[in-house]
Amino acid sequence: MTEIPEHLRKRASEAKKKAESADAPAPADSGGGSAAESKIPAHLLERSKSAKTKDGDTATAVAATGGGAAVAAAAATGDVPVMSGPQGHTQRLLTVVKSGSIQDIKMKPQDKVHTWPHLIVVEFGAALFCTAFLTIFSIFVNAPLLELANVNQTPNPSKAPWYFMGLQELLTLFHPMVAGVTIPGLGLIVLILAPYIDKNPSNRPEDRKFAVSLFTIFLMFWAVLVIIGSFFRGPGFNFIFPWADGLFFEL
Amino acid sequence: MAKSIQDKPTLSERAGDVAQQTADTVQGSQAWNSIFRPGSVFRKGYTDSPRNRSYVIMNSVLYHLHPVKVKRHAVKVSYTLCLGGLSFFLFILLTITGIFLMFFYRPTAAAAWDDIATLQTGVAFGLLVRNMHRWGAHLMVLSVFLHMARVFYHGAYKPPREFNWVIGVLLLQFTLLLSFTGYLLPWDQLALWAVAVGTNMMGYTPVFGNEVRFVLLGGSVIGRETLLRWYVLHVLLLPFVTVIFLAVHFWRVRKDGGISGPL
Repeated sequence: MTEIPEHLRKRASEAKKKAESADAPAPADSGGGSAAESKIPAHLLERSKSAKTKDGDTATAVAATGGGAAVAAAAATGDVPVMSGPQGHTQRLLTVVKSGSIQDIKMKPQDKVHTWPHLIVVEFGAALFCTAFLTIFSIFVNAPLLELANVNQTPNPSKAPWYFMGLQELLTLFHPMVAGVTIPGLGLIVLILAPYIDKNPSNRPEDRKFAVSLFTIFLMFWAVLVIIGSFFRGPGFNFIFPWADGLFFEL
Repeated sequence: MAKSIQDKPTLSERAGDVAQQTADTVQGSQAWNSIFRPGSVFRKGYTDSPRNRSYVIMNSVLYHLHPVKVKRHAVKVSYTLCLGGLSFFLFILLTITGIFLMFFYRPTAAAAWDDIATLQTGVAFGLLVRNMHRWGAHLMVLSVFLHMARVFYHGAYKPPREFNWVIGVLLLQFTLLLSFTGYLLPWDQLALWAVAVGTNMMGYTPVFGNEVRFVLLGGSVIGRETLLRWYVLHVLLLPFVTVIFLAVHFWRVRKDGGISGPL
């Protein structure tokens, strides 16, 4: 048997002493006290009462007074086990927890599969395919390395990386402040706030035609700008046709 | 034929027996069993049971990014197109190839270009790894972008996943910044002038635009200080921040109830 730590034993004996001293005045207000105890459901009181009736002597006392107070009195005098509550009950109902009030019970079981092997195999296949593609592509296509950087020799045209070509293309249309800051800044803020702007709860495409159209326009806007900037701009950033004047694009 | 049965076992049979015995000894050893936790496919006696399928996920540091079970529709390639996962995988691939490149690269205006040129001609697999790093970077920008489009078209940013969308957009920015800072490092004409065009735009930001540009370039024009700063940003600061945001991104996917439901 494990040893009970000293401080716990002390605390328990103090609690016991306190419970006994609190019990003592209980018989004084007799019947009224049990009425106040009505938070305990009646059927539970009945059950504990019937359990008590098995204890011979006390059984008659309970039957006669018909109230828990009598049991408490008995407890105070030591007829029932000392480790009992105010009314002589050996257990107490603290609260009734209705289903769903604390735990979220999912009524509909979800159709689930084990991650291993179902998802891991797919992920492994995708990773393998990606690695293979990248390796083979890298064997046949070399990354560009032009001549050493020279601050005094500006290439014509000089272009930003392809993902910023949309912005550079906007620069030909607007003041740099608008093209380089205002438009991308606003676009970014709207993009970040999208879930807070779009209050439509449905995720079915037929319910959100406006959002889908708007986003598609947004994507197409940038895609067209990037394509024009990358392939249709030549020396002096003038408009050219790549099939006529050649490609001015490095990745 | 009857004679051959009584013969001594052939060399290949004996080799097979020895291999089997060695495998049994190794897989039965305490060291092996303490490395590979219960349910590992590397353990002796993995059998396909629901319990072991759960163990495989729970007992692997890598796999337990995943829950033990996922929605059946989430496994379909046609739903996610693997874009988020591939973005992460490319990030890992870029980290590995990037570490390789770091062994041969000095971020100084005098040495950078020469180091790349030497890497391509004088280092085993140098050219291949550099190519993989560059194409992988472009591919990652593309896959992150497409991942965002996929998430939008599925309405997967709707409650309870709003905040994960915000983190996702930030991760897209970090991806662009990682790619952009890496763009300068070869220190060739392409790198210098692409970055010059990009950073000139930044200077037009009102109030603090020029100050931020000055700090990032380490001066008013791109120079040797810029190279060192962007190198540190590229190999340390941005990956560090990105990994933190990635962790939150993945954690939120699970806390928000897995990937979004079927349409």
